[in-house]
Amino acid sequence: MKMEKAILASVTTQEGKVHGSAAVFKCETKEEMEAIAANLEAILDGIAHALSDQLYIIVKH
Amino acid sequence: MNEYTYPILFGILVGTALRLFMLRTDYRQYPTYLHGKIIHLSLGFIAAALGTIAIPSIMEKEFTAVTFLTLAASQFREVRNMERNTLTEMDGYELVPRGNTYIEGIAVAFESRNYLVIFTSFLVTLCYLTFNIWAAIGAGVVCFIISNFLMSGSKLSDIVTVEHSQISFDGAGLYVDNIYIMNIGLPERQKEVMEYGMGFILTPKDFSVRSTIANLGQRQAILHDVSVTLGVFRDSGTPALVPLIKRDLNDGRIGVFILPQVKDPKRAKEIIEHVPVLENAIQMPTKK
Repeated sequence: MKMEKAILASVTTQEGKVHGSAAVFKCETKEEMEAIAANLEAILDGIAHALSDQLYIIVKH
Repeated sequence: MNEYTYPILFGILVGTALRLFMLRTDYRQYPTYLHGKIIHLSLGFIAAALGTIAIPSIMEKEFTAVTFLTLAASQFREVRNMERNTLTEMDGYELVPRGNTYIEGIAVAFESRNYLVIFTSFLVTLCYLTFNIWAAIGAGVVCFIISNFLMSGSKLSDIVTVEHSQISFDGAGLYVDNIYIMNIGLPERQKEVMEYGMGFILTPKDFSVRSTIANLGQRQAILHDVSVTLGVFRDSGTPALVPLIKRDLNDGRIGVFILPQVKDPKRAKEIIEHVPVLENAIQMPTKK
């Protein structure tokens, strides 16, 4: 089965906001969250989408 | 040497010349290389020979000889397959792919051009044998003009008006005018997009055109042509930097977001206006 879109990871500063099978990265600050999301974007070849100021998801398109 | 030698030679010459004339390498960059050109010239030569030889065969009452024109048809269908396969293979390695609709359009053009060569050689030889060489030259010129006309399909500027438009962010959402394009989360990427990105709005001139420019293949062709001509600010591993086209559902306008390396709005507008309208994307809902 070929998946069209999938959430590869979530990066958040809000404890307890995200659960699920994809990897969740909990960060202390917004800057840390942005740095991790930027790295994950390059590593996973996905796009970092902002759902809110506290939550980014890396999505494979 | 017999009475048919010169008419046959002339027919083949005109047909091959026509194929050469239609084999221009432009920004679509295909066929770029000498080998690609040789393949198509050789096929053009074969097509010209087939078209030419049909006339003496009929005149000699060898009617069965004409049946090998059907052989030609299957041969040239193979050309279409060959082009489709090559281009599809190559498309996977393009930073901004052509898309299947564009590829199909190119493949169909390659096949149909061989038929134009057959018709031209057929007519030219017929005129040579029935009248004289001057009539044949006249027929050749007419065929060149008709082929030139048939080769140039319509352009986007015939069906839409293109306007340069500002791009903006509302939170993480990227907009061209009021058309939502995509969500770009990272501030760093947003900065790059604002620096390199350009937006255009394509407004359809009438109702039928809406579905043509809504066609995903037609949209991909626009992105490919712009990226080939102006370059693209993108690499593998930067999926967020992607040129995209989205549609305004209310009025059928489309918002084009591009990331050219040369940021020249006037040139980009010209390029978008000159993108071919793909045959496969054309729909005519208002025609009964």
